[in-house]
Amino acid sequence: MSVENAEHGGGGFAIDPMHQFEIKTLFPMQFGSIDASFTNSSLFMVIAAALLTLLMLVGINRRAMVPGRLQSIVELSYEFIANMLRDNVGSAGLRFFPFVFTLFMFILALNLLGMVPYAFTVTSHIIVTFALAFFIFIGVTILGFAVHGFGFFKFFVPHGVPAYLLPLVVPIEVVSYLTRPISLSVRLFANMMAGHTVLKVFAGFVIALGAFGYLPGLLPLAFMVALTGLEVLVAALQAYVFAILTCIYLNDALHMH
Amino acid sequence: MPQLEFHTFVPQLVWLVIVFAYLYVMMSRVALPRVATVLEERRDRIADDLDQAAQFQRQTEEAIEAYEKALAEARAKAHDIAQETRDRLHEETERQRLAIEARLAEKIAAAEKQIAATKDAALQNVRAVAVDVADAIIAQLLGDADRSATERAVDTELK
Repeated sequence: MSVENAEHGGGGFAIDPMHQFEIKTLFPMQFGSIDASFTNSSLFMVIAAALLTLLMLVGINRRAMVPGRLQSIVELSYEFIANMLRDNVGSAGLRFFPFVFTLFMFILALNLLGMVPYAFTVTSHIIVTFALAFFIFIGVTILGFAVHGFGFFKFFVPHGVPAYLLPLVVPIEVVSYLTRPISLSVRLFANMMAGHTVLKVFAGFVIALGAFGYLPGLLPLAFMVALTGLEVLVAALQAYVFAILTCIYLNDALHMH
Repeated sequence: MPQLEFHTFVPQLVWLVIVFAYLYVMMSRVALPRVATVLEERRDRIADDLDQAAQFQRQTEEAIEAYEKALAEARAKAHDIAQETRDRLHEETERQRLAIEARLAEKIAAAEKQIAATKDAALQNVRAVAVDVADAIIAQLLGDADRSATERAVDTELK
């Protein structure tokens, strides 16, 4: 959520709530024909990675038998994801523990970083969430065929469905499978973008109504405070949802339901 | 909508791949094995402690058992000693009672004998006095008395 508004929207009270999502190139870079410019999005990815590295390495550095605060955070996240994988995928899923852990912590860090004023929310861009979701989709599909061979096609034929319904059910199953990366990525992206847009709109109201006195300005401000709490919850929840859906997809690939 | 500005897609993807790959390697190679070691060490330690606690508990139970056994033995022994003492005292009392009773019976017998002797002696004296008195009365009344006749008369009367 960025609150800078005076320089944009042509001055006055008109605020463009989408302005906060703009990608700004900080250092133009080019690898061959690939544009690898370091943008504000890249900056917050690097900040998230740096904070996670710091958390993980400093947190576990003392290797205390009785953990302190930082070590507790590290251990609780570890156990949280490990239990999530065990409950949803079983012990076969523990192979993918580093991936799911990295995924969850990365998205959580990006979402929470986005809640810092003036920060950029990397996960509010569909291309980022879609890339993650599509990578998971491709990986899980390859995994499914690697484990079950062509038997993985049976995944689209649910058990106990009468034969005359199969022409209807199978296409539905196929479509629902193929739309997984879209639903997975849009869920995260839309939640983050919508939350930040709403916050920005209410921030605009604070200024617009604040012109009529303190009381009219305080009302949208109170809403903003409540919404900020809600957005922090959404930030954590969406990281959780992304991770648990990844677990469910892994389970489908490994065990076919 | 900035999300649909396609020229920003490639730089975002490039940096996403770089950062995610770095994070994955950092997590899987460095951070997570360390956390796993710490958690495992703690689990081992807790298991060890629990084992030790169980061992201590077993020892405590054994000690309690031994104590209770010793207590029961001591109690039985005490009971035995008390019974023995009671028996011994009872026996001694009985013996002393019998001895005293025997002594008393002896004394009673001696006393009775003495009483009988005294009674005889007294009776003897009574006869002598009676004879004397009778003799004296007869002498006073008749002026003369036959002592042997009086003795006979007194003896008949005393019978």
